[in-house]
Amino acid sequence: MSSDPQYSARDWSRMSPYREPGYKSTQLRGPTQPPIVIPQTLSETTGPALGYAAVTQEDADLTMNARRNGEPVGERIIVTGRVMDENGRGIANSLVEIWQANATGRYVHVNDRHDAPLDPNFLGAGKCVTDADGTYRFQTIRPGAYPWPNHHNAWRPPHIHFSLMGASILNRLVTQMYFPGDPLLAFDPIFNAIADEDARQAMVAGFELDLTEPNWALGYRFDIVLRGRNATPMEN
Amino acid sequence: MPKQTPSQTVGPFFAYGLTPESYGRAGVAGNNLLSDSTRGERIRVEGVVYDGNGAPVSDAMLEIWQANAAGRYDHPEDSRDDVAADLGFHGFGRTGTDAEGRFHFETVKPGPVPGRGNSLQAPHISLTLFSRGMPNHTFTRIYFPDEADANAADPVLALAPAERRETLVATRLDRSGQPVYRFDIHLQGEQETVFFDA
Repeated sequence: MSSDPQYSARDWSRMSPYREPGYKSTQLRGPTQPPIVIPQTLSETTGPALGYAAVTQEDADLTMNARRNGEPVGERIIVTGRVMDENGRGIANSLVEIWQANATGRYVHVNDRHDAPLDPNFLGAGKCVTDADGTYRFQTIRPGAYPWPNHHNAWRPPHIHFSLMGASILNRLVTQMYFPGDPLLAFDPIFNAIADEDARQAMVAGFELDLTEPNWALGYRFDIVLRGRNATPMEN
Repeated sequence: MPKQTPSQTVGPFFAYGLTPESYGRAGVAGNNLLSDSTRGERIRVEGVVYDGNGAPVSDAMLEIWQANAAGRYDHPEDSRDDVAADLGFHGFGRTGTDAEGRFHFETVKPGPVPGRGNSLQAPHISLTLFSRGMPNHTFTRIYFPDEADANAADPVLALAPAERRETLVATRLDRSGQPVYRFDIHLQGEQETVFFDA
């Protein structure tokens, strides 16, 4: 194990600061001390292999997985992409979980008080496991925008939350996928807390006609890049 | 080369997806890591997450990852034949905090695990914390107060400034015959928990 190459560091130039003035709830929650860098040991280069977690095909279809008396309302979409490392290698057999608002911008969560209707046939949560190439695929409903109390007239742009278990606890990632051409992106302090334009755009899915299924659903591609292993072996 | 996708906050509404036990559905992992056949000393780890005003954080998510009681990780990279695997223990747990900011896990006390080179690390649990208002997750370790000698020799604990080191060591309580380790997390303030970056 000691000869395995190290993971690259978290690329802080592409991340938000822990405390961002425009994003109010960071003020009391972001640590004030810089994180202490520790060596990568077996404790960090391992992580949960959730292959034992039962994931069914229906878990990846959010238009099906919560039906009660009909179809969920809204625009059906397909969201697919690859989970890969910084060398472009797919991360296989890794758990991908998503959660999102419904078409009206309302979450099933009990604390969501937005005055927009719930959809009895839509939960807004799904999961799947990447294939040998790192590819995942969900079918869902395009989420709506919703207001939040950060500042006057604040609206979150439509987004899908993604949780990636990666291959070890070092490349664990939680992120959000946004939609191309959305005018709300320019006003969102969470999206814009990331200073690097290229990094921000990496969170915006691409519309692809080739992924679109005729007479059925629009297709979007969202590739996700996790920390990878350098070619240089770990020094002991 | 592709560059890392940025992290974004888990937000306030993850529970029905990531920790759906409170919605009456099973998640991929809950806060009980034990099965009938798990080997080792059964312990409870509990605590409260506090923000910079000392107010409880009621919408945080915590994930723990640890070795089994013998000190082996359930992962292909830990292929040591001389340390026993435990088919009844995977070592991963996930939970959300409640309205008072509280969390708990039912698990076993992990064994010591190898560090870099020939070093040995004191028993510890890796902990990853997510919450609304936290654009990037934070990462720390839970050490055990009844491992004073091992803690004193631990190469990672030694990297934390001495005056902040105690934020990484749980407090032991004994309650109804079960060892309980209390580990509070302070995101800011005088007792701010030491967070790591590996």
